[in-house]
Amino acid sequence: MAAGSTYTPIATQTASGSVSQILFTSIPQTYTDLILVIQATESGQDGMDVQVGNGSIDTGNNYSNTYLRGNGSSAVSYRTSNYYSFDTGIVNTTVDTIIVQLQNYSNTTTYKSMLSRSSSTASALAVAGTWRNTVAINQISIKNGSVVNHGAGSTFTLYGIAAA
Amino acid sequence: MANTYTLIASSTVGSGGTGSFNFTSIPQTYTDLAVLVTLRSTRSGGNVSDIYAQFNGSSSNITKKRLYGSGSGTASDTGNAIGNAANNTANTFSSHSFYIPNYTSSNNKSYSVDSVTSNNTNTAGYIYLSMLSYTWSDTSAITSVEIRDYSDGNTNNLVQYSTAYLYGIKNS
Repeated sequence: MAAGSTYTPIATQTASGSVSQILFTSIPQTYTDLILVIQATESGQDGMDVQVGNGSIDTGNNYSNTYLRGNGSSAVSYRTSNYYSFDTGIVNTTVDTIIVQLQNYSNTTTYKSMLSRSSSTASALAVAGTWRNTVAINQISIKNGSVVNHGAGSTFTLYGIAAA
Repeated sequence: MANTYTLIASSTVGSGGTGSFNFTSIPQTYTDLAVLVTLRSTRSGGNVSDIYAQFNGSSSNITKKRLYGSGSGTASDTGNAIGNAANNTANTFSSHSFYIPNYTSSNNKSYSVDSVTSNNTNTAGYIYLSMLSYTWSDTSAITSVEIRDYSDGNTNNLVQYSTAYLYGIKNS
């Protein structure tokens, strides 16, 4: 993994318990990749939806996800297409961790790809996702699938990775 | 330079091996910790080894979910990270990435481990990719991290040239 000045904190937010959406806006276009580190609790087991956009968040069915998941007794792989978000992982009432990588987020010629790694008491999960849009990403939204408030103390930190 | 991915400590195993990597007195000034490890254990009772981490000397209240592939299929259980052992090709080591967010918080700790073993064979059972989800249900701040091979209920030595690097990551 990269070292030194390339792993630069861009912004961090801590949930108060009274908000359902975490929003990062005006993301600098000066990095190569982004890494989003989430450690959150939710009121029930739920997916963590990450949506992106340029100037506004794309909530349309323009995402697809491929999953590899183990729940402690069996492993499965499945897929969602024409989905409404990067479905990055599962969060529970316990403290759970999701690390999301958004590659080459500022380019304006290719669709954007995402890799996430989720660690929860429910499962170990890896997801590869695609957002079918060529615009640069300068906004990121994080909500859970039920759009209920993130647990108080949940943390969301965005880092920038520079190639040079 | 940003205050991220700052090297806190490192360790390279010398001749004779060691029972574990043990980072103690970890500064409480970062947001997250990352530990990058390459290792090979002396375990000879199987093809690979069980790599185990514990915090603050505690082996209690740990919940695990493991997802792994061996080259011939995938499976999930509640085992540990999978590492290289004595029966792997000579001079091959496994690689492990531990990421521990909010290690100073007063909440329970959730962290992930991604591991790959290496071996010069196409025979299933020697080469594994494993992804682990860990929860340590303890509200203490993490002040020490110990990583070792704990296979078959025994601690096996880590061999010479195994390495571990502990990094601190700040969110501001």
